[in-house]
Amino acid sequence: MILRAEKLSKRYFRRTGQANHFYAVREVCLELHPGEVTVLMGRSGSGKTTLLHMLSGLLRPDEGSVWLGDAELYRLDDGVLSRLRNARIGVVPQGRSAIDSLTVWENILLPGLLYNGNERRLEAERWMDALGIAALRDARPAELSGGELRRMAIARALTQNPEVLLADEPTGDLDDENTIRALSALRDAAHGEGKAVLLVSHEEEARRYADRIYRMDGGKLTAL
Amino acid sequence: MKASQLPIKNLMRRPGRTAAMILLSALLALSVFGGSVVVRSLQSGLNSLEARLGADIIVLPAEAESKVSFKNLLLQGTAGAYYMDASALDRVREVEGVEIAAPQTFLASLKADCCSIKVQVIGVDPESDYVVKPWIEQSYARELGDMDLVVGCLVTADVGEIMRVYDQRCHVVARLARTGTGLDTAVYCTMDTMKALLAAAEAKGVSHKITSDGRERISAIYVKVRDGYDVDAVNSKLNGHVRKATAVRTRSMITGVSDSLAGISRTIALLVGVVWVMALAILLVAFAMMIHERRREFAVLRLLGTSRRGLSRLILSETALCSLLGGLAGIAAAAAVVFPFTTLIESRLGLPYLTPHAGAVLALAAGTLAATLVIGALAGGWAAYRLSRTDPGTTLREGA
Ligand SMILES: Nc1ncnc2c1ncn2[C@@H]1O[C@H](COP(=O)(O)OP(=O)(O)O)[C@@H](O)[C@H]1O
Ligand SMILES: [Mg+2]
Repeated sequence: MILRAEKLSKRYFRRTGQANHFYAVREVCLELHPGEVTVLMGRSGSGKTTLLHMLSGLLRPDEGSVWLGDAELYRLDDGVLSRLRNARIGVVPQGRSAIDSLTVWENILLPGLLYNGNERRLEAERWMDALGIAALRDARPAELSGGELRRMAIARALTQNPEVLLADEPTGDLDDENTIRALSALRDAAHGEGKAVLLVSHEEEARRYADRIYRMDGGKLTAL
Repeated sequence: MKASQLPIKNLMRRPGRTAAMILLSALLALSVFGGSVVVRSLQSGLNSLEARLGADIIVLPAEAESKVSFKNLLLQGTAGAYYMDASALDRVREVEGVEIAAPQTFLASLKADCCSIKVQVIGVDPESDYVVKPWIEQSYARELGDMDLVVGCLVTADVGEIMRVYDQRCHVVARLARTGTGLDTAVYCTMDTMKALLAAAEAKGVSHKITSDGRERISAIYVKVRDGYDVDAVNSKLNGHVRKATAVRTRSMITGVSDSLAGISRTIALLVGVVWVMALAILLVAFAMMIHERRREFAVLRLLGTSRRGLSRLILSETALCSLLGGLAGIAAAAAVVFPFTTLIESRLGLPYLTPHAGAVLALAAGTLAATLVIGALAGGWAAYRLSRTDPGTTLREGA
């Protein structure tokens, strides 16, 4: 076990019947294991993104805790947590996540440069090849399509070489061929390199790459 | 690539936005630097006037009062053609409490065949003069001889040149340092030279004021009051004792000048303050908008492992670069406006105006730059602080 969530909850304010808040995520317990692909399915609005953000140290939960090994993420100070995220947690967020002033190549190298100046050029080239974006190396994010940007974000997270990789609907705007490429790359990272991968997806295709499957429904998590 | 290049890359990627921020900072620096240079120049103009004017009281012909305002008399140095009998000098010296009484005689040359240029000529008495002499000594160490002239710094005559005044050939022997007053356009000679020039002017029938009774004429007497005597008391004694003459305290003239100086300084300070507050407000809003527009980009940087502190550093680097460039540009622009147009500003304000020396100007520039940087840091810091209050996870959801 690497990443573990204990009774994780997040409330948001919204008038619903008698209460004036609701749980986007309610008392979720989850473990991600090295070398495994965990797939998280569920309808839109069921709380998948909220959970993923809390797991990645980007969104403070209202209750519960997240552990990476024996470090409790939300008890670390911001400097330590940021460094840890940089070294050990890779995230592919929903939506655009490019730094516009950098080329594709620079975007992919950026996480490695933030602290120790370790460029990881070989990994970058390898994952760009695997995802079919080697030719876009010197392009600017503004010139890319949504699918190309998505693959850039996946390559960036993989190049970061983290222990935990969290991907939020990474195949949402990919065609069939690229969906297979992306999912294969993520599976290779888990099975080949022992990373713990969480894949949020509502596509049936994702099931075929899963070692474990969970379903999210109204903020609650159930194993399938 | 290095992560430290990110601020510059960000700035270059958005030239329009960057230019706008630089421009705002430049505006700030321009107003502050330009304003403070003008205020300082006015102050050192007044200082130079006070320092040069060691006299406590000036005695003038009674008619002078109607001809020139005393303020102008002081600022333009000396003006006009008015004369009193030289016996007035003896009367002044009789008054108790008068330590030194130094006479001066004025004569304006003409723009005509007989004269090289139109200029105010001032005759000083080498024996008693203490008003102009120390100042002349700075540029001319020797005694002024017959028909020698010392010219103010704005007079268009070179040292070594012959200058004709009412067909008299005079030698320009020295040029004075700048004072920032009308004295810069005057020409100085001894009383003996002045006598010859007055006679020549009289012979030409130029000055009807100069009666040909052969008696000596003077235009003003600069009085220094002996220590321990009350200047006001001496002043009123002079007014009673010297007929057809008016004694005026120089302090009262200076006070008038420093009052209007204070008024102008206050106006400039107010304008600078208004520009400052406006630029600060605009900078704050602009930075806040810029940060808001880029909040997703910043959240991504957080996601990749940038700490809050690292992000603040990035934002502050960007704003510091903009303020630095803008500050330098604004100072340069102000310098380009203020320094070449010194004479114009001087005549517009009608006050003594003397650009402070290079060291003081540099200090003002450094202070302006520092202030611009502080404003940039405040605006950037505030924006960064606001940004750090939201979890990146929340920002990443928005408009994803
Ligand atoms: N910052 C927020 N403020 C209010 N409601 C939110 C916020 N973030 C998420 N929600 C709500 O929480 C629920 C779960 O959202 P999300 O985790 O994005 O679902 P999913 O990713 O499964 O589509 C949704 O109903 C959403 O509207
Ligand atoms: Mg989602």
